[in-house]
Amino acid sequence: MRMNGAQMLCQSLVNEGVEVVFGYPGGAILPLYDVLPQYPQLRHILVRHEQGAAHAADGYARATGKAGICFATSGPGACNLVTGIASAHLDSSPVIAITAQVARHFIGKDAFQEIDITGITVPITKHNYLLTRAEDIANVLKEAFHIATTGRPGPVLIDIPRDVFTDEAAFAYPARVNLAGYCPTVQGHPLQIKKAARLINEAKRPAIIAGRGVIVSEAYEELKELAEKAQVPVITTLLGISCFPENHVLSFNMLGMHGMAYANLAVDAADLIIAIGMRFDDRATARVSGFAPHAQIIHIDIDPAEIGKNLKVSVPIVGDVKNVLRSLNKQIESRTHIDWIQQIEQWRHEHPSTAIRETEELLPQYVIRKIHEVTAGRAIIVTGVGQNQMWSAQHYWYDKPNSLISSGGLGTMGFELPAAIGAKVGLPDDCVWCIAGDGGFQMTVQELATAIQDDIAVKIAILNNGYLGMVRQWQELFYDRRYVATPLSGPDFIKLAEAYGLPALRVRSKAEVIPAIQKAMDHQGPFLIDFVVEPEENVYPMVVPGAAITEIIEAPGEKVEFGSKPRNISNL
Amino acid sequence: MSAIKHTIVALVEDRPGVLNRVASLFRRRGFNIESLAVGHSEIPGFSRMIIVVDGATTAVEQVRKQLDKLIEVIKVTDISEDNIVARELALIKVESSPSTRSEIMQITDIFRASILDVAPDSIVIEVTGDDDKVSSLVELLRGFGIIELARTGRIAMVRGTIGPLRKQGQGQSKRRSGR
Repeated sequence: MRMNGAQMLCQSLVNEGVEVVFGYPGGAILPLYDVLPQYPQLRHILVRHEQGAAHAADGYARATGKAGICFATSGPGACNLVTGIASAHLDSSPVIAITAQVARHFIGKDAFQEIDITGITVPITKHNYLLTRAEDIANVLKEAFHIATTGRPGPVLIDIPRDVFTDEAAFAYPARVNLAGYCPTVQGHPLQIKKAARLINEAKRPAIIAGRGVIVSEAYEELKELAEKAQVPVITTLLGISCFPENHVLSFNMLGMHGMAYANLAVDAADLIIAIGMRFDDRATARVSGFAPHAQIIHIDIDPAEIGKNLKVSVPIVGDVKNVLRSLNKQIESRTHIDWIQQIEQWRHEHPSTAIRETEELLPQYVIRKIHEVTAGRAIIVTGVGQNQMWSAQHYWYDKPNSLISSGGLGTMGFELPAAIGAKVGLPDDCVWCIAGDGGFQMTVQELATAIQDDIAVKIAILNNGYLGMVRQWQELFYDRRYVATPLSGPDFIKLAEAYGLPALRVRSKAEVIPAIQKAMDHQGPFLIDFVVEPEENVYPMVVPGAAITEIIEAPGEKVEFGSKPRNISNL
Repeated sequence: MSAIKHTIVALVEDRPGVLNRVASLFRRRGFNIESLAVGHSEIPGFSRMIIVVDGATTAVEQVRKQLDKLIEVIKVTDISEDNIVARELALIKVESSPSTRSEIMQITDIFRASILDVAPDSIVIEVTGDDDKVSSLVELLRGFGIIELARTGRIAMVRGTIGPLRKQGQGQSKRRSGR
């Protein structure tokens, strides 16, 4: 069947089961947009800035596990995707970016809106393509989906010259890919698994550190089986949050720079670390020398290059987490580690890292806790970056699999709103809350119009403290309170919301919090709440950069309104 | 990290941008390359890159693994521990005068190098050998005044019939790293 390049691209997307595309048209990509109405299966959502398209595709991908698609035109359109693609790359999210390029005979001539986007995105994509022939479109699309979604997922960019869109050729979508240079190892090596099982069976103080790999691999049940059978406490990285229910008696929450003191202490005291689908990021390990000094380390990851990159490990296992854990669980013997778990529980009582101090002021932590309460822990939380992100990680209790979406690796402010839009489009039946700071929110605030035009019912909570809060916190702690360029004025968010056409509420007191959240939930469409919170609240615990994971600054001891959640470990 | 210079062989698809991907990877991860040589391989459509990395400054295992992640890289092998033959070619343009010409020619003979061009005041010498031989000749000629020097960087292969890189379809391609 003969088609033009634009039709071939759309048909390929349809063949891959794509239902939604986030994009922004422009000159070079016009031939593609012109044929879009011929493919009603492809819902196009017009963003207000291409960065929003990339983040939305990323949010969609993380929420659904399917590839998220974004379109942008050549030159500035493609450039504007870069931050979004990089965010997806650092967090292993399968985004497929389709960019238009100037016509072939203009390439290399510095033509109008020409940019070498494949050159620019080499370090931030899993792979990318500059297509030069319409007859290659089907094969390249097939490859792109395969590369983006298998192994360690990641973004793929396909750059297509304008005249390739209009060239005609025969179209046949390939049934399979043939990539000699790409063959991810999915089954763990049996000998390594055997070694790992022996270490687990012999361990006295084992601890699991679970990362986003568990979520990508959907190995929730397998992780639970391992933890319960071998009775191992489960600690997660930031992006690992929601891979294991936080109401589980074996859950000890997040480790790292703003992790729970008891999680950090447990890692430090452990005699065995079982690292699953995580990459020993510096925010998770703090100072890497002396990390888990008493422990042997088992490292399970699908990316062989992550093994030994930051840390030497005793037993490396390259493979898909789900497969590896299935094999491993067969060789694990039932164990109890009551004393060890009681020890961590003891630390949890001595270091109530999720406690919130008693005050009449409206604390951002309190807001998060109340959103958890009203949503019964069933919401998908999409955060910005900085204090709002850390409070969201600490004070919402994630019991539902894959319910936290956050830019962990790149730490992209402005991710929250477009990613929440993408997540909501992917999961229309879920309640999606965008937790933003007043800084990050203003970076991509234009996407409010996207939510309104396409009726995407995200609920937005701005934790408005009038500062770039995390940077201010560092200035307070390390720069002698010299608040340079961190005090931040914003618009009147209520009027702004009204101008965009969505209802909004301002909340200044604790008493207003629950009714406001309830009102937002009851409203059919998108809704914004501007929580005017205590301006100089800090995120604790905190491990100072360069310090060991045990050198923890904790919240100044004050009267506590909310303690840590009580649990019953007697039924272990 | 080991002190030796590692020879890494990569079979790559012969496509535009592959060299850029490899170079970009080395740059952004801070890997130091001593030399990089690239040319067609025995398989149509595939090139072979020989990369020499200083084990004292660069985590060689990371180099191998990160290269292996590139989609267009088919297979990467560190052949440093193997029994290999390694050669480099250099072209050296040396200042010469009637009084020094015969001495330069003698040195050239000793190194089994050859003279490609003789001009009234210069000679172009071609030398092939391992890095040490090439470097020794360069050092000897430095006294006469080297006008221009071009070296290819090391190319290498394992001795015997079994090469480190099997042809497509014969081998496990990337599975070797699957530990």
